[in-house]
Amino acid sequence: MRLRLSQVSSRMLLILGVLIAAVLVAPGASAQEGEGIQGTFINRDDGKKPVPGVVVVVSDASGTKVGTATSDADGSYSLDLPKPGKYVAELQIKSLPTGVKLTDTSKTKLSFQVNPGQRKPLIFPFGKDTATGVSIWAKLPGTLLDGVRLGLIIAMTAIGLSLIYGTTQFTNFAHGEQVTFGALATWYLNQEAGLSVIPAALIAIVLSGALGLGLDAGLWTPLRRRKTSPFALMVVSFGLSIALQAVFQFFYGTRTKPFSEYGIQEPLFKLGNQNVPPRAVVMIIISVVVLGSVGLFLQRARFGKAMRAVADNGPLASSSGINTDRVVRLVWMMGAALAGLGGILYSLDNQVSFGQGQSLLLLMFAGITLGGLGTSFGAAAGCFILGVAIQLSTLFIPTSLKSVGALVILIVVLMFRPQGVFGRKERVG
Amino acid sequence: MNWTSILIATVSASIGPLAVANILAAQGLNIHYGYAGLFNFGQAGFMAVGAYGVAITCASSEAGGYGAPLWAGVCVAILAAVVLALLMGLPALRLRGDYLAIVTIATSEIIRLMLRSEAISDFAGGNSGVNGFANDFFAASWFTNGKRFEWGPFSYLGKDLWVMLIGWIVVAVFALVTFFLMRSPWGRVLRSVRENEDAARSLGKNAQAFKLQALVLGGVMGAGGGIMLALFQNLAVPDDYVTRTTFIAYAAVILGGAARVGGPVIGGVIWYTAFQFMLSLTDEAKRNDLLPESLAPNAALLPFVFLGIALMCLVIFRPQGIFGDRKEVELDAR
Repeated sequence: MRLRLSQVSSRMLLILGVLIAAVLVAPGASAQEGEGIQGTFINRDDGKKPVPGVVVVVSDASGTKVGTATSDADGSYSLDLPKPGKYVAELQIKSLPTGVKLTDTSKTKLSFQVNPGQRKPLIFPFGKDTATGVSIWAKLPGTLLDGVRLGLIIAMTAIGLSLIYGTTQFTNFAHGEQVTFGALATWYLNQEAGLSVIPAALIAIVLSGALGLGLDAGLWTPLRRRKTSPFALMVVSFGLSIALQAVFQFFYGTRTKPFSEYGIQEPLFKLGNQNVPPRAVVMIIISVVVLGSVGLFLQRARFGKAMRAVADNGPLASSSGINTDRVVRLVWMMGAALAGLGGILYSLDNQVSFGQGQSLLLLMFAGITLGGLGTSFGAAAGCFILGVAIQLSTLFIPTSLKSVGALVILIVVLMFRPQGVFGRKERVG
Repeated sequence: MNWTSILIATVSASIGPLAVANILAAQGLNIHYGYAGLFNFGQAGFMAVGAYGVAITCASSEAGGYGAPLWAGVCVAILAAVVLALLMGLPALRLRGDYLAIVTIATSEIIRLMLRSEAISDFAGGNSGVNGFANDFFAASWFTNGKRFEWGPFSYLGKDLWVMLIGWIVVAVFALVTFFLMRSPWGRVLRSVRENEDAARSLGKNAQAFKLQALVLGGVMGAGGGIMLALFQNLAVPDDYVTRTTFIAYAAVILGGAARVGGPVIGGVIWYTAFQFMLSLTDEAKRNDLLPESLAPNAALLPFVFLGIALMCLVIFRPQGIFGDRKEVELDAR
C-alpha cells in the first residue's frame, strides 16, 4: 500500500510539474485582456456582412465619457475600459453607413456590466428582425439540419464519457476539457504554426488521444488501483476541469476565435430560409462515417467486443481472460480522440472558445442519461435525439434557453425512466 | 514584491465577507455530503436562488424588483431554496448517488442559464443581474458604512464589517443548529441512512424522507450563503453561481473535515486564506512586472489553476481533511 501511494504521489507530482511548466513556459499568449468591450457589428439584412465605421460612445455609471469605439472595415471594434463595473454605450446613429439601420431604432443606448478581465461584446442588432417575419415551417428544415449536426457532435463527444463510465464506473467531469483541447490544439497548429485546418485537425486528434491516454495512465489508473471512492474521483475530475479550463483560458484568452479556413463559405444550397454551406454537409458525412465505424468496431472487432464485455460485467470479463487494463486504456484513448474530433467539428461552426467543452458536457450528460448511462449505442442515440430536440426547441423558445430544455429533459427522464430509453432497469439500483 | 501588503490582504480576506459566504454554503454542503452522504454538486444553484430571491424581492420597482422590505426578501429566498430542494430531491433521491450528482449539477446550471437569458431579463436582469437592493441592510448598520476601521495594519470598511458581523452570527447559528440536530435522534437516523440505507429502512425509518429533509436544510443554508454574497456586493449576477462556486465550498468542507461541525468553518477560513494569498501574490507580481509580458494580462487565472490542483491533491491525499475521520468520509457512490 505504501509503495502504491508513493507511486501515485510521484505521478501526481509529475502531472503537477507538467501543468506548472506549461504555465511558466507559455509561448506568446495573445495580447489584450483586461476589461473592455470587443466584438463585431453584423448586418442581418445583408447576408451577415460586417458594418464598418460605427461609432459608439461609452460612459461610466456616473455619466462621464470613458472613450469611443469605432468599428473597422471588418466591423470589429475594441475599447479598453478602466475598471470592471457598469457602463452605458450609446450608438451614434449618424455614423451608420447608408442603408444600415438598427433593428429597433429607438434602442441606441445599451447599459452593460463588465466583470473583471471580461471583454464584453455589445449587442446592437442591425437590419430587419428576420426571426419574426418567417414562419416556423420555413425555418423547420434548416433548424432540423442544425439539430442533426449538433446531435451528431454530442453523440461523438459523449461516446468516450459513456464508455469510461461503463468500464470503470467513473463520471468524468473533466471530459469537456478533452473536447476543448481538440479544438484549441487545432487552432494553435492552424493559426500559430500555420498548418492548414485538415492536417492540424488530424494532429490534434492524435494529441487528444495521447492526452486521454496520459491522464488515464498518470492519474486515473493509479487512483483506481488505490480504490479511491467514486465520489472522490468525481471531485478530482472536477478539480482537473477547473485547472485545465484556467490553463486554457490563460493561454488562449477569453475571446472566441475562428480557424483560418472554412469560416466563410458560399452556400451550397438553400434549405427553407437557411443557407447551407459545404462544411455543414462535410461535417455530417464525417460524423456519420466516424460514428458508423465506431459502432462497427464495437460490434464486430475483437477489441470492441472486449470493451463491451468489460462495460457489461468487468469481473466476469476479466475472469474470462480479457485484459481489463488494456481495454480501459484503449477506451480512454478512443474516447478522448473522439471528443477532440467533436470539439474540432463544433468549432467549425461556433469558433473556438476555452469554455466550449464545459457547456457541451451538460448536453452530453443529458443525452447519455436519456439513452441510458453506461450503454454505448443507447448513449449515442440519446445524444443524437437530444441534439435534434433542443435545436428544434429554438423554433419556439429563445435560443439562449436551448440548453435549459436539454436539462429539463434530463430531469424528466430521471423522474420517469431513470434507466434511460435504451437502458436496462437493473443499472439504476 | 511588497510581502507585507500581500500578507495583510491575505489575512484580512481570510475572515472577510467573501469567505463568510463561502463558509455558509459549505455548512450546507456539510449537511448534504458530510452527514447525509448526498452528492449535491449544485450548491451554487441554492446560492443563486437565495441571492436572487432577496435581490428581486427587495430591489426597487424601477430596477425591476418589488421594493419589499429585507425580511420579506429573506423569506422568499428561503422558500425558493426549499422549493428547489424538493424539485431536485423528489426525482433524484430515489436513484444512486452519481445520478444525484448529475441532476444537481444540471439543475444549478439550468438556474444560471435561465437567470442569464435575455428572455427573462425584465425579471432577472439577464447578464448584468439585479443591483441596488441592499440599501435597507446597510442603513441598519452599526458602523458608518464609508468609514475605515483600523486595527494596527488591518482595516475594514464599515460596510464590510457589518456584513462580517451579521455573516459570522449566521455562521454561529448554523453551526449550533448542526451541532444539536446531529446529536438528536433525527441526526442519528440521518447518519445511519448514510452508512447503510437498507439497515435504516429495515428498522422502519423512512430513508427517503430523511434524505429529503437533509437536502432542504442544507439547501437553505446554501441560500444563506447566496444572500450574504448578494447583500455584500449589493448585486446579484448569474456568473457568481457557476459550478466552480460549488466546488470552492466543497473544498472548504473536505479541507476542514466532513461531518464535523467546525469543519467547513475552519476549512473555509484556511481555504480562503490560501486562495487570497495566491490572488494577492499574482496581483503583486503583476504590479511589479515580475511576470513575463505575455503572461501578465491573464495572471488573474493562475489562482484558479492552483485551486483546481489543490482540490485534486486534497481529495487524493487527505480525503478526511484536517479534523475528519477517514472511515466516516469514504463513501461509496452506489
